[in-house]
Amino acid sequence: MEKIPILKMGKLLLVTIQVDLYDRLAEALEADLVQMINKTGAEGVLIDISAVSIIDSFMGRIIGNIATMSKILDAETVVVGMQPAVAITLIELGLPLTGVLSALDVEKGMLLLQQKIILKETTSLTDEDDGNTE
Amino acid sequence: MVTLNKETMSVMREIDVIPFRNRIKEMAVKIGMGLVNQTKLITAASELARNMLKYAKGGKVFIEVISKGRENGIRLVFKDTGPGIPDIKMAMQDGFSTGKSLGLGLPGTKRLVSEFHIESEIGKGTTVTVIKWKNG
Repeated sequence: MEKIPILKMGKLLLVTIQVDLYDRLAEALEADLVQMINKTGAEGVLIDISAVSIIDSFMGRIIGNIATMSKILDAETVVVGMQPAVAITLIELGLPLTGVLSALDVEKGMLLLQQKIILKETTSLTDEDDGNTE
Repeated sequence: MVTLNKETMSVMREIDVIPFRNRIKEMAVKIGMGLVNQTKLITAASELARNMLKYAKGGKVFIEVISKGRENGIRLVFKDTGPGIPDIKMAMQDGFSTGKSLGLGLPGTKRLVSEFHIESEIGKGTTVTVIKWKNG
């Protein structure tokens, strides 16, 4: 069976979907990604969907699931490169993908993830400081 | 309404959906449909094909290029011999699902196409007809 590769880059996982998605492939990606987050302790996931020409309700739901699941595993997900026609279709279909962070391209997505991770680290650091002073 | 071109594809397995989507895209491009309408049509087709696979173990789709006056479009007829839909009104409501989905399939699909028609008979099967006009 086909598989969508997941690349590890520092604290991030990168996924570029270059093939036509079908249900089983999307489900496999969901399972693989969650396992990879757990295994690598990744803090961010970047999914590039610039080559995906259609997203229907099932695949949209999988993307939402991935974002929610990684959140529970303490990782942020950013979806980048959505084609305008896909965005229009998703909204008319009734799937606004709330709760999924998005960015226009890979570069901006990376930046967004890095900011999120830094923000998380600094807040946890100040938390520890507070603990020490008390 | 005149039918200019007609062909049939059967969708029996999940993997059949990919060549099916590609064929619709080819035909939509051929009649000069814009990218947004193409995407809406293919997404609608994908939803309906999934329904057919999920509830009726597959079925046949008739893909037609049609013309009415100056307008060209694509008509898709999804025919299955599955269990049928007991309450179409209910199935057309946002958020209603007998499966595990979000229940966006049928009502969402209707929003994506120009014309939508559904007929179902218990124990005999379901036929869904959608039309997407080139500029509709």
